Amino acid sequence: MSATTVTVWLPAALVALFPGAPRQVEIEADTVDDVMNGLNDRWPGMRDRLCDSTPRIRRHINVFVDGERATLQTRLPPGTDVTVLTAISGG
Amino acid sequence: MAQKVLVLLGTKKGAFILESDGARRTWELRGPFCETWPLNHVVADPNTGTIYAGGGNEWFGPAVWKSDDLGATWSHSSEGLSYPAGEEPVKSVWSLAAGDGALYAGVEPAGLFRSDDGGQSWTHVKGLRDHPTRPDWQPGGAGLILHSLIPDPRDPQRLWVGISAAGVFHTADGGDTWEPRNQGTRCDYLPEGQKYPEFGQCVHSIAMAAGMSDRLYQQNHCGMYRSDDGGKHWQSIENGLPSSFGFPAAAHPRDPSTLYLLPLNGDSAGRYVPDGKAAVWRSRDGGDSWQDLREGLPQQNAFFGVLRQAMATDTLDRAGVYFGTGSGEVYASADEGDTWSCAARHLPAILSVETLVVDA
Repeated sequence: MSATTVTVWLPAALVALFPGAPRQVEIEADTVDDVMNGLNDRWPGMRDRLCDSTPRIRRHINVFVDGERATLQTRLPPGTDVTVLTAISGG
Repeated sequence: MAQKVLVLLGTKKGAFILESDGARRTWELRGPFCETWPLNHVVADPNTGTIYAGGGNEWFGPAVWKSDDLGATWSHSSEGLSYPAGEEPVKSVWSLAAGDGALYAGVEPAGLFRSDDGGQSWTHVKGLRDHPTRPDWQPGGAGLILHSLIPDPRDPQRLWVGISAAGVFHTADGGDTWEPRNQGTRCDYLPEGQKYPEFGQCVHSIAMAAGMSDRLYQQNHCGMYRSDDGGKHWQSIENGLPSSFGFPAAAHPRDPSTLYLLPLNGDSAGRYVPDGKAAVWRSRDGGDSWQDLREGLPQQNAFFGVLRQAMATDTLDRAGVYFGTGSGEVYASADEGDTWSCAARHLPAILSVETLVVDA
């Protein structure tokens, strides 16, 4: 079965690190992990910015799938929205 | 050929560059660069002029930034800059050093990486974390960090690192095997009879003497030291200094007996310059005697500290000396420390200072 297409929304602070990357992108993915790999295929290094080597989503990055906080293993319904947000952090 | 001097600043919020001509009387500030990431160390490869900036972002993790055009444009990478799955991930890059075509990165939690393609990709130098002492390494106040990364300019197989608070380690085979080099450096925070362990010292910084790769200077949490045998034995050089505590040590670019330190008032006394009066302390005889350098530095109500990587010299004759404060000021001397002026103020907290001299 082919992967479903999802819409991924990226934070401004992330796309600033990858010249030319848009805030909104369509990706073929069944899981959030697939989304990360799909982003990395288009913009090499982007997965490292969002995930650590555990592997898991970085502590101060939040990924929401249809409004619910997700992990790399979260499965994606067809046509869903995946929103990547930077958490409150810093000083 | 006229020359210009770049003073490279790593700060809590991005990299900055101060630039001047060879006279070093006035300074122009550029930055912030690197999307205001916290940058623990900004260095230049003097052979290529490439600038590298290492740090870690609370959102986006560790990376090394790179500029091939003296800071005008930057890119970043962390490809391969990670431990195996399941281990505690790399949090940030703490130190960078270029040597013999390679670029090294020291990280938190303590480990060493090497790049052979100018920072585009990284390989873990596993031998260090395979050391049998590693399960017992304890973090210092800034975490379990690898700093003071010193390649031997005369032998690319030899390298020294400082790990807080595990001590100094040395490899003579390019990183496959390592040995602690802490004999003679003390741990005031351990019980009587245990103050001189094989490892576990809180090394704050190491500097290599010019042209003498077996002469190392060390600023420790507990004292200042010199070694004349590549760190196998250390002897105290703190006599004559106002304190046994400080963070940075900077060596003269040509004279192996000249060293600069910036003692602070003590680990539990505020960690700022003693009596609120700023001074750099210079030795011309390998640490046997010391002179305080104060002309042009604030002599009242100064309550700043200077961190471990935040003092450097340049390669001009006479050598320039620079330090950056936790409160965002940069002080510069164009005469080997005799006189000082403020080159920048109101910057973010300064984490590192390095220099690059290029043709103007």
